[in-house]
Amino acid sequence: MSDSDNKTSFGAYGGQYVPEALMPALEELEDAYERYVLENEDGFMDDFRARMREFGGRPTPLQRADRLSERYDCEVYLKREDLVHGGAHKLNNALGQVLLAKYMGKERIIAETGAGQHGTATAMAAAHLEMPCEIYMGRTDVNRQRPNVYRMRMNGAAVNPVDTGRGTLKEAINATLRDWSKSVETTHYVIGSVVGPHPFPKMVRDFQSVIGTEAREQIREQAGRLPDSVLACAGGGSNTMGAFHAFVGDEDVGLYAVEAGGSTLEIDEERGVAPNSATLSTGTDGVLHGAMTKLLQSGDGQIMESHSVSAGLDYAGVGPELSYLVDIGRVTPVSVDDEAALDAFHRLSRLEGIIPALESSHALGYLERAAGPAADDASGQRPRAEEHENLGDLVVVNVSGRGDKDLETVLEETEKRDLEAAPDVEVFDR
Amino acid sequence: MTTDSDIERAIRENHPALIAYITAGDPTLEETAEYVEALDRGGADLIELGLPFSEPIAEGPTIQAAINRSLEAGTTPDSFFELVDDLDVEAPLLVMTYYNMILQYGSEPAVEPFVERAADAGLAGIIVPDLPAEESEPLREACEDHGLDLVFIVAPTTDGERLETIMSQVSGFAYVQARLGTTGARADVSGATHDSLTRLSEYDVPKAVGFGVSEGDHAAEIVEAGADGVIVGSALVDLIAEKEGPATALEAKAEELKAGARRGAEDVPEPEQP
Repeated sequence: MSDSDNKTSFGAYGGQYVPEALMPALEELEDAYERYVLENEDGFMDDFRARMREFGGRPTPLQRADRLSERYDCEVYLKREDLVHGGAHKLNNALGQVLLAKYMGKERIIAETGAGQHGTATAMAAAHLEMPCEIYMGRTDVNRQRPNVYRMRMNGAAVNPVDTGRGTLKEAINATLRDWSKSVETTHYVIGSVVGPHPFPKMVRDFQSVIGTEAREQIREQAGRLPDSVLACAGGGSNTMGAFHAFVGDEDVGLYAVEAGGSTLEIDEERGVAPNSATLSTGTDGVLHGAMTKLLQSGDGQIMESHSVSAGLDYAGVGPELSYLVDIGRVTPVSVDDEAALDAFHRLSRLEGIIPALESSHALGYLERAAGPAADDASGQRPRAEEHENLGDLVVVNVSGRGDKDLETVLEETEKRDLEAAPDVEVFDR
Repeated sequence: MTTDSDIERAIRENHPALIAYITAGDPTLEETAEYVEALDRGGADLIELGLPFSEPIAEGPTIQAAINRSLEAGTTPDSFFELVDDLDVEAPLLVMTYYNMILQYGSEPAVEPFVERAADAGLAGIIVPDLPAEESEPLREACEDHGLDLVFIVAPTTDGERLETIMSQVSGFAYVQARLGTTGARADVSGATHDSLTRLSEYDVPKAVGFGVSEGDHAAEIVEAGADGVIVGSALVDLIAEKEGPATALEAKAEELKAGARRGAEDVPEPEQP
């Protein structure tokens, strides 16, 4: 259903908007994707699945969240991608691509990283598969994500700081594309999300689709039926497409892409800043990093600086397939702001004993907004507000990663706010 | 056979041609006008003007920095076109920009409004570093409708069917990328240049070589290897960034490069005029 007439695109989205020098590499990659991933040539997919089982810890559980179920008056199940090796769903894609590069006879891996989650997953996969690996990371991110930089170095990857622009994910992608355009004959670029030129959006989706494939089987077994809705946070959209893909054909299952509302959805056109990363909710069509998709951009077409308290959602673009699924009405884009995400971070930690990534906390934040006690009370609608009604009685939330990496940010951001679910930390001397 | 465009004519009549690139609005549009005139006086036969985009993935550090300076100075597509409206130089002008800038020029994402405005401003052609032949149909059609050339880049990795496709769609000239990687001045001419020119020799489209050309001797070597023109960008952008009153330096550099190109042509017979 998500595939349209042209195999390089999703309706009007996708395509291959890259310098000519990269086109032969994309053709080569497309051929390898079709043979190894789609047709399991040389047992590639068997090898991949075995490694994800033994090295990666798959399958991950689908867990009924008892306190959340009670709070939201519906069955809430959590897909525990935070339990994948490395602490997030990122390894599903990184290991798939590094292994594919190996099957293709490439000698070197490069990757971009924002907060460092994709970089650390790629470095782990490269160490596991003995591939030389270089990670590009914006200077600002290098400075604020020191533990992740160290993790990558420990796994043997080189980390190249990028000094241009604001020094974040967008600049890191630009730098990696530049490296690739000179090293393309020997090097594979492990892109970190369902973005970029074809075949990356489809290939990354396929590596991540194990999330939804497992969850779909597990929910049928554990709850006896398909869910009414699936919630996943959306930045570039790799955990989103990973969670949704298996359900796209199940038309009664609502799919909610929860974006980062940042501090506000208002755009500051003059400064070229969007204080959010709600691309699906507010973006307009354009071309960035090789694909036609929805973007946060100025009227002239300059890409905006995006923002989210969660570095992993902080990107001005989004996967083209998500743009397409939103346009045809199959995926519903919603957003929650920094504050709601932080609150949800604390709530899951407190109620269920699971510290979620700030990214995943957005999906949980939406559940609170739609189905939390305030939602129904404030609107005066009992027993359920409209958004709550839409989510239904059986909800799967993808916990895309664990939140240990976010503790510093959360400490800092929680102090500035009066959050309902935050713990009392008077124990610290001030 | 179709008649030559302004660009093809400029290359054939001034063979071997010097094609100069600078980023419009670096450091201001007023100064860009001055620099374009200096390059024209110095012997540039075609001038490419970069319209800055915030994510220039094909550029090396020199042109990235120029693009940032231009964006900080507030260059917009409209102010860019107003600059071009007012320019009066002999060399035909091309705009080099990224696809999203072209798409966003009208009220809805579409290529037509940009191409129409470019034609009105008197631009002779467009180069889009992130638009491969596969995605180029809408822009190619709009350019044909408005009499503009659409220049394609031929990379060292381009061969076989891809080369056929590109060479059947290109107009103006084929932009031969001298080496893999991004733009930027280098100290030598790569072996990839010779290979590319050999692959292209059977096509009757002017070939100009860029990416890394910075000196008269490079220009000579490239023309000797069979190119119809040399493209110089980063070396000129460096002069703008480094020199006080760079107009004089730009004019002198253009003279040096043009003389180099001529030197390279002395040993090769001029191609027949069609």
